[in-house]
Amino acid sequence: MNGPALKSDNAAALTVRNLRVGFGLAEPVVRGVSFAVAPGECLAIVGESGSGKSVTARSLLGLAGTNSRVSADRLEFSGQNVLGLTDRAWQTRRGKDVGLVLQDALVSLDPLRPIGREIADSLRLHTTLGAAGRARRVLELLDAVGLPHPELQVRKLSGQLSGGERQRALIAAAIALNPPLLIADEPTTALDVTVQAQILALLEQITGAGTAVLLISHDLAVVSRVAHRVAVMYDGQLVETGPTAQVLGSPQHEQSRRMVAAIPADKPRGTRLSPSARPDAPRTPSIPDTPSTPDTPSSLSTSSSLSTSTNFRAGVSLESTVVLEAIGLSKSFRRPDGTSQLAVDDVSFALHHGSTLGIVGESGSGKTTVARLLLALLAPEHGEVRVFGEPWSAASEKTRRGLRASVGAIYQDALGSFDPRWSVAEILTDALNLRHERGAPHTTTRLTSLLDEVGLAPTVLPRRPLELSGGQRQRVGIARALAGRPEILICDEPVSSLDVTVQAQVLDLLDDVQRERGLSLIFISHDLGVVQHISDQIAVMRDGRIVEIGPAERVFAAPQHPYSAQLLAAVPRRPV
Amino acid sequence: MAVVLPRLAARLAGAVFVLWMVATITFFAVRLIPGDPAQAVLGGPGSQASPEALAAVSVEYGFDQPVIVQYFAQLGRLMTGDLGRSYALNIDVGPLVLSQLGGTLLLAVLALVLAWLLALAVATWSTRGGKVAARVGSSLEIVAAALPHFWLATSLIVVFSIGLGVLPPISTGDIAGLVLPVLTLAVPLAGFLGQIMRESLLVALESPFVLSARARGESERGVRWVHALRHASLPAISLSGWAFGSLISGAVVVETIFARPGLGRTLLTAVTLRDIPVVIGVVMIVAVAYILMTLLTDAASRLVDPRLRLS
Amino acid sequence: MQAGLAAQSRQSGPSRRLGVAEATAGVLALLLVASAVVPQLLAPGDPLAIDPLSAFQPPNFAHGFGTDESGRDIYTRVVHGTQYSLVIGAAATAIGLGLGIVLGTLAGMLGRVIDFTVNRFLEVLFAFPGLLLALLFIVIFGPGVVTATIAVGLSTAPGYARIIRAQLITVRSQAFVEAATVLGRTRWQILLRHILPNTLAPLFVLATLGIGQAIVWAATLSYLGLGAEPPTAEWGAMLSAGRTYITSAWWMSFFPGLFIVLTAVTATVLGRSIDRRMRHV
Repeated sequence: MNGPALKSDNAAALTVRNLRVGFGLAEPVVRGVSFAVAPGECLAIVGESGSGKSVTARSLLGLAGTNSRVSADRLEFSGQNVLGLTDRAWQTRRGKDVGLVLQDALVSLDPLRPIGREIADSLRLHTTLGAAGRARRVLELLDAVGLPHPELQVRKLSGQLSGGERQRALIAAAIALNPPLLIADEPTTALDVTVQAQILALLEQITGAGTAVLLISHDLAVVSRVAHRVAVMYDGQLVETGPTAQVLGSPQHEQSRRMVAAIPADKPRGTRLSPSARPDAPRTPSIPDTPSTPDTPSSLSTSSSLSTSTNFRAGVSLESTVVLEAIGLSKSFRRPDGTSQLAVDDVSFALHHGSTLGIVGESGSGKTTVARLLLALLAPEHGEVRVFGEPWSAASEKTRRGLRASVGAIYQDALGSFDPRWSVAEILTDALNLRHERGAPHTTTRLTSLLDEVGLAPTVLPRRPLELSGGQRQRVGIARALAGRPEILICDEPVSSLDVTVQAQVLDLLDDVQRERGLSLIFISHDLGVVQHISDQIAVMRDGRIVEIGPAERVFAAPQHPYSAQLLAAVPRRPV
Repeated sequence: MAVVLPRLAARLAGAVFVLWMVATITFFAVRLIPGDPAQAVLGGPGSQASPEALAAVSVEYGFDQPVIVQYFAQLGRLMTGDLGRSYALNIDVGPLVLSQLGGTLLLAVLALVLAWLLALAVATWSTRGGKVAARVGSSLEIVAAALPHFWLATSLIVVFSIGLGVLPPISTGDIAGLVLPVLTLAVPLAGFLGQIMRESLLVALESPFVLSARARGESERGVRWVHALRHASLPAISLSGWAFGSLISGAVVVETIFARPGLGRTLLTAVTLRDIPVVIGVVMIVAVAYILMTLLTDAASRLVDPRLRLS
Repeated sequence: MQAGLAAQSRQSGPSRRLGVAEATAGVLALLLVASAVVPQLLAPGDPLAIDPLSAFQPPNFAHGFGTDESGRDIYTRVVHGTQYSLVIGAAATAIGLGLGIVLGTLAGMLGRVIDFTVNRFLEVLFAFPGLLLALLFIVIFGPGVVTATIAVGLSTAPGYARIIRAQLITVRSQAFVEAATVLGRTRWQILLRHILPNTLAPLFVLATLGIGQAIVWAATLSYLGLGAEPPTAEWGAMLSAGRTYITSAWWMSFFPGLFIVLTAVTATVLGRSIDRRMRHV
């Protein structure tokens, strides 16, 4: 995977030496960053949110913002200094000498203009081509980025295209003038895994044609697919730079190690992903009346029971009962044009006590609708959900309410799931008070022990969720779900909006509470790596149907359905 | 066309429904006037109408009939365009109101156009430069939006007519006479529209597609004219129907102060004299104008925002 | 008033710091409230005391804002007039907001049929734009301060109703409402603990912004001779009286008008400031 060697800095398409960027009077957010990208090379800058990687990308285009302070020893495009250019001078270079691709073309292309116009803009600004010449070139470009039937697509708005199609259009706009340098800031983040693979292939193709590509990403696994070299950014500095295989294979810096360790894919069930999920959490036996799990570390018992069993249903259900069951669930929605669409189509599965069922699928596969059906927020048209063998979806909300405490939920958007007026203390007290118990310990005691269990300090209690970090919010979300002493947890994309190291901590935490409380989990995600790590059984969903269901190891090792195989092939994996 | 026609039909049906309800509300509202409705038609309890006149009015309006009969009779008259007869002026309301409509429409349309231009100018200028421009722009908008028409009109007259003597204090029928009334109506509306435009312009200028455009080498001017202003105008366009209505309401004051003939002044005179048929006539015609204007702004929104044409 | 919510101010700079505009508006609001509650403190004279010998005096040392046709001190009248304007404005806003809450809640909470009906009804009311509804009301119930106040309240109600309905629907569809259902809360608990508080909090902003508008409209009705009547020291009525002498005594119109503008601007700045603070905790 080694890229073309750099002969000297002069040959580089981009040279950055000691770049510093700050805003207003605050401390700089980019502190002395140096790197170079050669023609035909792809360098990936990888970091978590707040590391300064996007600001770096923007500064390279002179677009850091109005109150930014940018300084550097050197900033050169193909040996030409671009430091301290006037805005007018920058305008002649942007688009011609350097192109930019952003995340999510739905908002990165003007939603009011046809994509053809957007792509033609670079040509209009930098060339003397007439309208006809521009139109011809736009079609060539769309063809080059692999958009089928370009002549039908040019008149469409970005909102009329699929996620992959419009990301291709956005790339076409950026490479319209064949700039020697392309900066791609999280170009695949909002995309489904199969589409992501296609866009990465396109970037690879662009690199292969001799363009220098600077890829900005939060995801080590993704960049490993296309990047020749990786630079890990942390707190405004590049802490480690090197060939991709080397950085991912034997990371040197602590942050690189942490990020590599946090990649969940291919890590067996029960392996810890973070150094310490709950640094101060005492390992005391928690609430005594929860159904207890075997005393042996369940990571061992669960994985061994799975690997030894040939039939997962037999394997797990021999020792545990079914706690949640979906029987032939169907649900359709009305489209804006009045026709109805089947979002969930004849979905059946059983969740066994103490195990995790992972549901994977791409956007529109119906997995979130399944979550809402399981939580009885929607009523199925056909089929039913049973909890502990009792009617659940078929029961009235009044009867169901008594059981609701046993079924907890964890959401992707933790912040949105909290009343914005409430403090953490109010949120958790509210959840604790739902179970009216005589002789229960004082609320404050229960609050602290709950916080303890999810690895939060009592200092968060008076704060509102808005003031917390993403990881802290999700921990509060988990604490709220645990407050009612549930036996089942429905987790809908619980780690999708978190940084990879935070994701690792939250996954470890879920693993811990599951083991300690003997919880049964439904874990819904688009991320196969995450699902593989946490699940005992896996259901693969597509177009509202479960196309394959089985033990996690079997599904990943030998997928039966072509779609599962396709999905698995698309998962970015780090080179081993 | 196949898609457009049903939608148009639905919109028209909605418009007719609103008009019908406006007629219904006004009909029953007038019945709320305490005492003899004939007395009300003849100027209320204070008027000294003769018993003969009262009887004549009762028969003319059918007040001796059951209410429901009166209601349908009135609807029938409305459908033939018969708005009744003004007691105070002793002429038919329909032609009277129509003759006054033109002046008010001219005033309102000119004010709307001027308000848009002013708002655009302030919004673009105040989002261009640093903090000072933003502060000044925002303050101008807030103060302008708070100006009452009657005070602004008086102040303009004091400055331009009495002080400088450059513009007539009352409408003369020529263009010079239009300047102050149009300004009076346009400035507060410009403040209102300007606030909305500036907010949405700022949002648009911060959006990723503008970053993309800048990264393609688009100039600041290009970013505004090709991308941001179009987005910024959308909320202001959809509020223009409402704005038009408020202009007609403002015309009541402006036409009175500048002694301009028009619907507003007619309405105020009728309200003061309790000339019910004229009041109802003006209300009906304003409702029609307002509904047409909302249909227009709807069409304008679809013109500017192609996404609306898709669904 | 619709302007206020539509133009919800965007965050620019730290929200906790008190800006110059906000501080000034705060001081002005205090002064306005003081002149409404204890006008004697700021202007010890009698607002209705006539002094024909000193009629039509331009602003001078003895009469800061000048005098009117009967020699009444305009400064005293403006200060004493504050209570009329504020009370009328507050009452009209309360009426409009009250009706708006009823209509908006009906539409937003009670199912599709009622929502549809209330929505059509609001659409019809919007066809009486601005003061037209108020004028219709005055035709029916006759002019006067009380009817003018109710009329202004009525005119503002459809706008409030629409905003409250939209707010209710937004809040109702938010994730935390669903989360409460999942926890096992009943519909009534969710309504009382989550939906209503989150819907009603922004009403405070609406009310602050709305008072400015209501004062302007009420003054307009007085100016047109349909509300408070001279010699009452109401601002609109004072302007109406000053209209006759506009060529010779500009100060009779200028100062009452200036106070209307100041009040409306104060209300807008305060309303937006509260809005921003509530939004960014």
